[in-house]
Amino acid sequence: MQELSIRLPQIPDAAPLEPYEADLLREMYRRMVLIRQFELKVNELFLQGIMPGTIHLSLGQEATVVGACLALDADDVITLTHRGHGQALAKGVSADALMAELFGKETGCCRGKGGSLHVGDMSVGALPAIAIVGASSPIAAGMAFAFKRRQTSQVALNFFGEGTANKGDWHEALNLAALWNLPVVYLCENNLYGVSTHITEAMAIDYVSERAAAYGMPGSTIYGNDPIIVYEAVKSAADRARAGDGPALIECLTYRRGGHKRDDPGTYRPQEEVEAWFKTDPIPAFRDRLLRDDRFAASAIEDLQAAVMAAIDASVDYALASEAPAITSALEHLYVD
Amino acid sequence: MLTDKPRASPSSSRELTIVQALREALREEMRRDDQVFVLGEDIRIGGSFLFTLGLLDEFGPERVLNTPISEAGFVGLAIGAAIQGLRPIIDFQYGDFIFTAFDQIMQQCAKLRYMSGGQVSIPLVFQLPTGASGRGAQHANSVETVFFGIPGLKIVTPATPFDAKGLFKSALRDNNPVLFCVHKHLYGSRGRQLAASSISRGHVPDDEYLVPLGKGDIKKRGADITLVANGLMLHRSLNVAEALEAEGLSVEVVDPRCLVPFDTELVIDSVVRTSRLVIVEEGNERGGWGSQLAAEIASQAIGYLDAPIMRVAAPNVPVPFSPVLESAVIPDERQIRSAILELMEH
Ligand SMILES: Cc1ncc(C[n+]2csc(CCOP(=O)(O)OP(=O)(O)O)c2C)c(N)n1
Repeated sequence: MQELSIRLPQIPDAAPLEPYEADLLREMYRRMVLIRQFELKVNELFLQGIMPGTIHLSLGQEATVVGACLALDADDVITLTHRGHGQALAKGVSADALMAELFGKETGCCRGKGGSLHVGDMSVGALPAIAIVGASSPIAAGMAFAFKRRQTSQVALNFFGEGTANKGDWHEALNLAALWNLPVVYLCENNLYGVSTHITEAMAIDYVSERAAAYGMPGSTIYGNDPIIVYEAVKSAADRARAGDGPALIECLTYRRGGHKRDDPGTYRPQEEVEAWFKTDPIPAFRDRLLRDDRFAASAIEDLQAAVMAAIDASVDYALASEAPAITSALEHLYVD
Repeated sequence: MLTDKPRASPSSSRELTIVQALREALREEMRRDDQVFVLGEDIRIGGSFLFTLGLLDEFGPERVLNTPISEAGFVGLAIGAAIQGLRPIIDFQYGDFIFTAFDQIMQQCAKLRYMSGGQVSIPLVFQLPTGASGRGAQHANSVETVFFGIPGLKIVTPATPFDAKGLFKSALRDNNPVLFCVHKHLYGSRGRQLAASSISRGHVPDDEYLVPLGKGDIKKRGADITLVANGLMLHRSLNVAEALEAEGLSVEVVDPRCLVPFDTELVIDSVVRTSRLVIVEEGNERGGWGSQLAAEIASQAIGYLDAPIMRVAAPNVPVPFSPVLESAVIPDERQIRSAILELMEH
């Protein structure tokens, strides 16, 4: 990787798509569009004042979460962050259950008990999100520990932001994961900012991945706005973990297309940086690549987009039509009987 | 056989200390269920109270994991392992070190089930030496008090070998997180001071038994006044009660055994008979479990009381080192005795 003192995107050459199955490529694109449109819809619902709660959108980071999740098997597990809608959709949480959760409805993936900051669905391997940054890193190691003990060949993947890599529990987790050779992939979504704090104000090294060596695991920094690059990196880290060779740290360089959360205009980001990164929008870039491939007709891509839009509208209808949780459920789900 | 009372016949039992009883419980449960494993600092050599002594030889390093000094890390790891169906026990050298993992316990362990709408369960036991033992302020916390107000955890504070073994086995079979807090003076491990009372060493049946979580136990019957105490304070209170018995005052001593869930019914039943209540705990008076119990008795049974509810607890300061000061702060038999006598004046 070149010097990134300016922290502008360095876009590697796009790999040819031929080696990849059409179904995989289509699904990559579909999930990225699904996340993008889902987040835009959520933003709109917030601005209309219809949706309760707080919200951290994952706009712009679709390639990282989709590339990573599609590289995993269905029974692998991920841990999610406060910026978790995209991670959830990428792993296969249903848009209906996710939207209903954001509205705090009984049909939500956490029965309305979690909300935007705690979305997830264990049945698709998405541990409901942990919004205290860094706290999920040892928990991911622990799930990997159980997989190793049982020799299930499953892998855990821990999503976290670059700002999280300065937390003690994150460091403790990487040490334990390497020490005990656990099948876990630490996946950093490096969008350069933790709220308003730029990475250069938070760590004295250039890359989060440099820290991997200190714990005795491989670390790499990759371009995170190309889902194929992320897919390949996660696939090989997961294969390696399954083979018993332990954890890896992958840092994906990407960018938020918006503020940290809904009420943040993000004005602390220099204009030059914003413009350069906005040009790297992963979705049109990937669509252009698909259209250059004979296997994808423009009309098929349009149909796919239309189907996604319809699914999102349906998810809003579903959520709005769903019942609120029974008041008595506030006292449920605390202890196992 | 499942029973929650010590067997009458000592012929089918042995006399053990708490740490021996706990180790026996752990060994039995590890043999019974291969999902159970234990982790902690220096547990290879038995940990700080010899709880895990000899377990490495029997179960091997896969199930007896010596950890780095990394409390937040290995608590989080145990939570993840429990979510995926293993049954970890974390042996803390001292419960005092749990605070470096506070977020993992209060925000993750206690809440993940709730906020996921019941999608996960976390069968995880924390073995926590608690209380003051001559080591100064940072090794003297009444850990149970700090966690008492946090929904989603269960808290056990056994005081006898019989209870410790039966409760520990129940904790290991429970599908919720359980903080198992044993006073540092009660383990009775080699080289450690053992609190003296007639039940600090005790008969533990040879046959298997469980003591259910959430059921208190009347440790001494009495008619004139109800005293509720746990842990080390139970032993001090029993000594006082026995001395007062000889002087003609009949004190009923109730051991809640568990703070969460708390057997309030048992205390109400006792208070209905005695009309007087004193609550003794080692932790700081402000926000202690005794304040919750006092409030519950005041709201549910005040009509039965002939006197105000009296509390004996540490004043609201950290525990000082000087032996003179430590024993001034931690409730002792003299303070317990004068509280009882003062209450009897009403
Ligand atoms: C322990 C902790 N401290 C502070 C916060 C508040 N907070 C929420 S998100 C965030 C920034 C996290 O930055 P990063 O890890 O880079 O993730 P990003 O938001 O960029 O996705 C902060 C400080 C928190 N949730 N947890």
